[in-house]
Amino acid sequence: MDQKNKNSKKPSYSRFSQQELSAWKPILTPGWVIASFLTIGALFIPVGLVALSASDAVVEIVDRYDEECIPDAYSMDPESFIQNPDIKKTCVRSLRVPKKMVAPIFVYYQLENFYQNHRRFVKSRSDKQLRDPEANNDTYHCFPEARTSDGKPIVPCGLIAWSLFNDTYKLSTRGKPLTINKKGIAWKSDTEVKFGSNVYPKDFQKGGLIGGAKLDEKVPLSEQEDLIVWMRTAALPNFRKLYGKIDTDLEAHETIKAEVENNYNTYKFGGRKKLVLSTTTWIGGKNDFLGVAYITVGGLCLFMAINFILLYVFRPRRLGDPSYLSWNRLPVA
Amino acid sequence: MATQNVETNKKKKKKKGKVKWSDLYTFSCLRPPPPVNRSDFGHPGFSRVVFCNDSGMHKTKPYKYPTNDVSTTKYNVVTFLPKSLFEQFRRVANLYFLLVAVLSVTSLAPFSPLSLIAPLVFVVGISMLKEGVEDWHRFLQDLEVNSRKVKVHIGNGKFVDRSWKVLRVGDVVKVIKNEYFPSDLLLLSSSYEDGVCYVETMNLDGETNLKIKRCLECTLIFDNEQKFDKFKATIRCEDPNSSLYTFVANLEFGDEDQLDSSYPLSPSQLLLRDSKLQNTDYVYGVVIFTGRDTKVVRNSMNSPSKRSRVERKMDHVIYVLFFMLLLISLITSIGSVLYTDQPQTTKEWWYLRLLDDTDASFDPDKPLISGFLQFLRALILYGYLIPISLYVSIEVVKFLQAMLINNDLHLFDEMSGKSVESRTSNLNEELGQVEMILSDKTGTLTCNQMEFRKCSIEGISYGGDVNEIVRAASQRMNIDIESYRFNLDGADSTPRDSIEMVEISSDQNKIDLNAEKGIQNLGVMAIKGFNFRDDRLMNKMWLHGSNVWDMIMFFRVMALCHTGIPVENGEETSSHKLKYEAESPEEVTFLIAAQEFGFQFCRRTQSSMFVKEIDPSGFEVEREYKLLNLLEFSSSRKRMSVIVRDEVGQIFLFCKGADNIIFDRLGDGGRTYQHATTIHLANYAEDGLRTMVFAYRKIEDSEYEKWSSTFTKAKVTIGHEREELLENVSETIEKDLVLLGAVAVDDKLQDGVAECIDKLAQAGLKIWLLTGDKKETAVNIGFACSLLRHDMKQFHLSLSRDAESKNQLKAMKDDILNQIEASYQVTVNEKTKDDPLALVVDGKALEIALTNDIRDRFLQLAVSCASVICCRVSPKQKALITRLVKRYTGKMTLAIGDGANDVGMIQEADIGIGISGMEGMQAVMASDFSMPQFRFLERLLIVHGHWCYKRISKMILYFVYKNIVFGLTLFYYELYSKFSGDVLYDGWYMVMFNLFLTSLPVISLGVLEQDVSSDICLQFPALYQQGQKGIFFSWKRIIGWMGNGILTSLAIFILNVYILSLSAFRQGGEVVDISHLGVITYTAVVWTVNCQIALIITHFTWIQHFFIWGSILCWYIFLLFYGALPPKYSHREFGLLVEAVGPAPMYWIVVLFVVVISLLPYFIYMVIQRSFYPMDDHVIQEMKYGRKIVVDDETWLREKQSSRKATHIGFSARVDAKILHLKDQLHKKRMFIIKSITSSPIRRSITISTLENRD
Repeated sequence: MDQKNKNSKKPSYSRFSQQELSAWKPILTPGWVIASFLTIGALFIPVGLVALSASDAVVEIVDRYDEECIPDAYSMDPESFIQNPDIKKTCVRSLRVPKKMVAPIFVYYQLENFYQNHRRFVKSRSDKQLRDPEANNDTYHCFPEARTSDGKPIVPCGLIAWSLFNDTYKLSTRGKPLTINKKGIAWKSDTEVKFGSNVYPKDFQKGGLIGGAKLDEKVPLSEQEDLIVWMRTAALPNFRKLYGKIDTDLEAHETIKAEVENNYNTYKFGGRKKLVLSTTTWIGGKNDFLGVAYITVGGLCLFMAINFILLYVFRPRRLGDPSYLSWNRLPVA
Repeated sequence: MATQNVETNKKKKKKKGKVKWSDLYTFSCLRPPPPVNRSDFGHPGFSRVVFCNDSGMHKTKPYKYPTNDVSTTKYNVVTFLPKSLFEQFRRVANLYFLLVAVLSVTSLAPFSPLSLIAPLVFVVGISMLKEGVEDWHRFLQDLEVNSRKVKVHIGNGKFVDRSWKVLRVGDVVKVIKNEYFPSDLLLLSSSYEDGVCYVETMNLDGETNLKIKRCLECTLIFDNEQKFDKFKATIRCEDPNSSLYTFVANLEFGDEDQLDSSYPLSPSQLLLRDSKLQNTDYVYGVVIFTGRDTKVVRNSMNSPSKRSRVERKMDHVIYVLFFMLLLISLITSIGSVLYTDQPQTTKEWWYLRLLDDTDASFDPDKPLISGFLQFLRALILYGYLIPISLYVSIEVVKFLQAMLINNDLHLFDEMSGKSVESRTSNLNEELGQVEMILSDKTGTLTCNQMEFRKCSIEGISYGGDVNEIVRAASQRMNIDIESYRFNLDGADSTPRDSIEMVEISSDQNKIDLNAEKGIQNLGVMAIKGFNFRDDRLMNKMWLHGSNVWDMIMFFRVMALCHTGIPVENGEETSSHKLKYEAESPEEVTFLIAAQEFGFQFCRRTQSSMFVKEIDPSGFEVEREYKLLNLLEFSSSRKRMSVIVRDEVGQIFLFCKGADNIIFDRLGDGGRTYQHATTIHLANYAEDGLRTMVFAYRKIEDSEYEKWSSTFTKAKVTIGHEREELLENVSETIEKDLVLLGAVAVDDKLQDGVAECIDKLAQAGLKIWLLTGDKKETAVNIGFACSLLRHDMKQFHLSLSRDAESKNQLKAMKDDILNQIEASYQVTVNEKTKDDPLALVVDGKALEIALTNDIRDRFLQLAVSCASVICCRVSPKQKALITRLVKRYTGKMTLAIGDGANDVGMIQEADIGIGISGMEGMQAVMASDFSMPQFRFLERLLIVHGHWCYKRISKMILYFVYKNIVFGLTLFYYELYSKFSGDVLYDGWYMVMFNLFLTSLPVISLGVLEQDVSSDICLQFPALYQQGQKGIFFSWKRIIGWMGNGILTSLAIFILNVYILSLSAFRQGGEVVDISHLGVITYTAVVWTVNCQIALIITHFTWIQHFFIWGSILCWYIFLLFYGALPPKYSHREFGLLVEAVGPAPMYWIVVLFVVVISLLPYFIYMVIQRSFYPMDDHVIQEMKYGRKIVVDDETWLREKQSSRKATHIGFSARVDAKILHLKDQLHKKRMFIIKSITSSPIRRSITISTLENRD
């Protein structure tokens, strides 16, 4: 008998191997259904209301200027206007403040139909070069804007840097200029780590084709916040980027004069340019959709909950009702 | 003492060796060889020449034949790598992944090559490893067989042990008792004087009867090792073929002066490889066919690699996904070309400078090339739609499932110390969809043990256990067995019978009541082959019966009419009990029973048989019976007789045989007990017992003399008519018999077989019995395991004698077709009545029925029958039936068997199961699952099969869903980036997705999910039908889940883009860039996908919780860790969570919102389904696991009952049928009584008198 036991390959007992682990077996009972719909409703509607009110508190001024800033003479051929360096590009816009805007007020430029996320564009940069002064030569991915015609590496190289946005805005209200603070618009991690404080622009925008803004070769990259912001490539073809901050409040119904220097060529690809002034709350900028969506879904779930309650009141299915079993439903043939 | 024993043993053996069987037997045991034109030798098909005892001749061409080395492996060391790689890359998916892996090395790849190559290597590696291990096992098995030893003649009359594999054609070998034949041999001589030997061919055709082979007269002289020194002969024979029952050859042999005398050989001289020598001490033989030329190897087939249906369907799903992939890749590449490669647009996009120093995928001058490159890139990028990780996960899950099956304690057999073993894990889910079981009989359903159970002597039945069906039926009807017996027999039998029945049943009750005594009794009577208890017969009690003479004659038939011989009982010589060996196990049980009753057959010589008998006076005397003739058993005669002369000089003919045959030959005075015996026989047969009727006849000397001379004349006739002549002569003496009674032998079923079949039938499985055994046996077993019952309409398909004799295919076909048509007409007519039907097919009829033109008709008939029994089928036919059933019905088939003859069937069926019993390992080696006992099939299918099917289905569907969700978000992003092929997510996210973030929950689903617990699976067999109908992996579901995936991906992407575009997402005024949008979208995907699986799972152990919530946590941990790496490694994800998204409330509310929205459609679907269209498992879950048990026990029981599928086979069905039958009879009886009472004059007078009294 002992011999037999030794030879036998009797599996040892464990709750796992016998598939007898204690388990929670939730069943979707009407109670659960109603409770979950109610919970979603009860959670989403308040969140939606809060978000909507937050969004409502945001004051946002958007002004599209790309078309208006073309003199009538050039309206048929805006490109010849924008590409002619001899013509003065300044154009004046006036913006109305609809409600009181509390500082900080963020100034954005908004580009539309500009594919910063095009693969060729996204790839054309050298992160190493940007943070490391020793790595000026690391321009492998930067084509076609890697080196000057005589072979010197361009710092910062690549299409992104080369196409740096170069419109500028000057704001004033009631004749007093509004200072736009251009410090602190970039992410801390960028200015502190990703862009070197001892990396200086070299041979930038010196070649035949000039893409966009030029850089001050005296200022290290870590302080060129416009460039840093620009180099954070946008995810979508319509995007805003921070231009600066205004640290004074703006009163309601105030008119702001904006002097726009319209340099950046969006006409060629049919892009639009907008100047945006916006305050923020805890959810960020204006975002009505989020709040509305939350409320809608919350409402929908409440509606479902009510429906199910009614259903269970008027046409209940008894839990575990055997008449629903397939062999009771089908007439025995 | 011991030495003495040995000596006597030796003596006995010698004596046994002296018996000349050919004198005893009347007929040759095998059919006459088919007429062959002997001049064929030397021509194609008959070119083989064997030089006996001169294997050296076979070392060179043209007589070089294959060695005896048999290999069943698929690969060898050299071919393994190329061959198995080829096998792997025959899977389309693998080929695709290979392409992607190759492309990933180029610059086109959107992410790191390692993340594409590693999984491929893993998947292919695992599969190849599995193949390798399986093949290794096969190799070991081969090695074991090839190195078995056999004695080979090496010249000078010396025999030495050699391993099988070095055996060569022409070698003379000596095979000892109980050894297997190493190759196909020509029998030269045996330990018996007349050169016969007994062979067990279980491994070839599953028959348990021993077969007699006999050598040619001319080779008889070689019965000694020394004599082989000078042996020389040449065999010219047919080329190797797979036909087991034919053999055409000539032996050229003789003295030196007349060398060219040639003798025709027939199958009865051929000993086949894998059959076993029994009851014969040794034989000498010449090797004719070796290795792969042997008939048994030629009968075996290559093991096909099996894939489960779910997996094959999964391939189609993969094709759909592949189509989707191609489509979106095409859209991407065309879009890209349209946008970038047109001259006017390129100029517009000045900031891309497409005309300068451009890379090939954005070359406006070569739109075709760049389009193609974009296409390739897209193929890789969207590769997440084709889940390579699915293959990995499925391999892992199936391995774990198999482990759980192997470790199930309920599937462990204490007796053999073995448990169910899943040998190829890739068929687990197939177990949950089986619709048809094709089962072998011997060793699978039965344990190959015969037991003497009952007998009927002089019209009185003894050993009267009431069978279980009757007991169960009467229990349920709340009537006791006694009244049942009254009712059953009262209607149609003599009063005497009923009284006798009551006697038995009261005996039975006594035993039941006095359980202890019963057990004691059992202990005393633990005699193998004898399971009989009836005090009226045991311990000489029969002497007090009424007609002792007939009793004695009955026992004499038992003790004398057989071919057995007594052997020394090695263990307990003191008890004076003998053991016996005989041609069939039934005969052995008769001899054992006779011994128990006091008629011990103790010795046999050439001409006499000795029996120790109990005299009517009660004393034991040894009597000698002169054996005059032995008219042996054959399948056409169905009876066997011996003619003996007793000590007084009287001549008796003792006969045993099938009931109808014997009844036809009874004399007018011999029918006294016929009526009672017939009833008993019917009862026995319904219990699944094998019955045989005994009769005798006293022959006058004069008559015998006359008959004997004609018989001898017939015996010396040479030619084909000999057999017929002998048969006819036998007929003339086997007449005017006196019926004595009947015996019933139980071919013992394995434990729990009946219950198992019952459960399987309730679960909607059909069970076909395919056996090599003869029809009567098969039908008996059919009854025993409730596949048949007596109120079933049985169709018997067999070739009519005269069609068979004509041997013309056309005639036979017409014959069978007519039978099929006739039967089918009945099924069509009876269908409305819902009568149970059964089909019993004979092997030869089957052969015809399976020919191309009528097989459809045959299968149509077979499928409409509740149970099908095929008997006398060859291994090839078993495989053929399996294949045809599979193809014709499209149903999932499972074949179960234990012997080498089942290998074909096991390999051919969707699932093959081998019984790891005492037989060889061939069946197990060929099987997908092995189990020690048939009864484990129930749990394996109904519990594990059900679970595995659900698990794998859910798992695949979820996988498809999850990869669509993930893959499509990548595609949508292309719409926003001018189809430039940019990726929203970081490369590491992509790697992480299938590796850590979603893999473990789905594996836990695949391994641990249970809809209901195992006992409920068993209680509600109907749940199994969900698998048979395939509802969990139907195209409806697949499309549904794909739709859900598309919907979810859209919801996630669009909502994220819509909410996060333009406005700042933080109080600090920052707007999102690619990395922010990527991480937020990705977070939403991870949450959604993991919450979705939580919605699917219905069985949460801590493991599932740990994996699901752990996966989500893992994502954040990864993000933290990745963001903390210096920017050199983390790139644009540097500090992402901590600095940018983590502190932003927007991130969290967006994710919450997106996740809820994405899950809502499925949730609503689930709610609606559960509330209004609940499936069986849902309701049962509610019944069982609801917060308070919502259903009372009664309902639970009732539903348990009704969940069984209405079935005609199985124990319960039989009980039901019996109850119906009984009720009907009771009713009739009651009506009869009432009628008789009301119409009787007494009652009339009573009623009248009461009326009068009232007045």
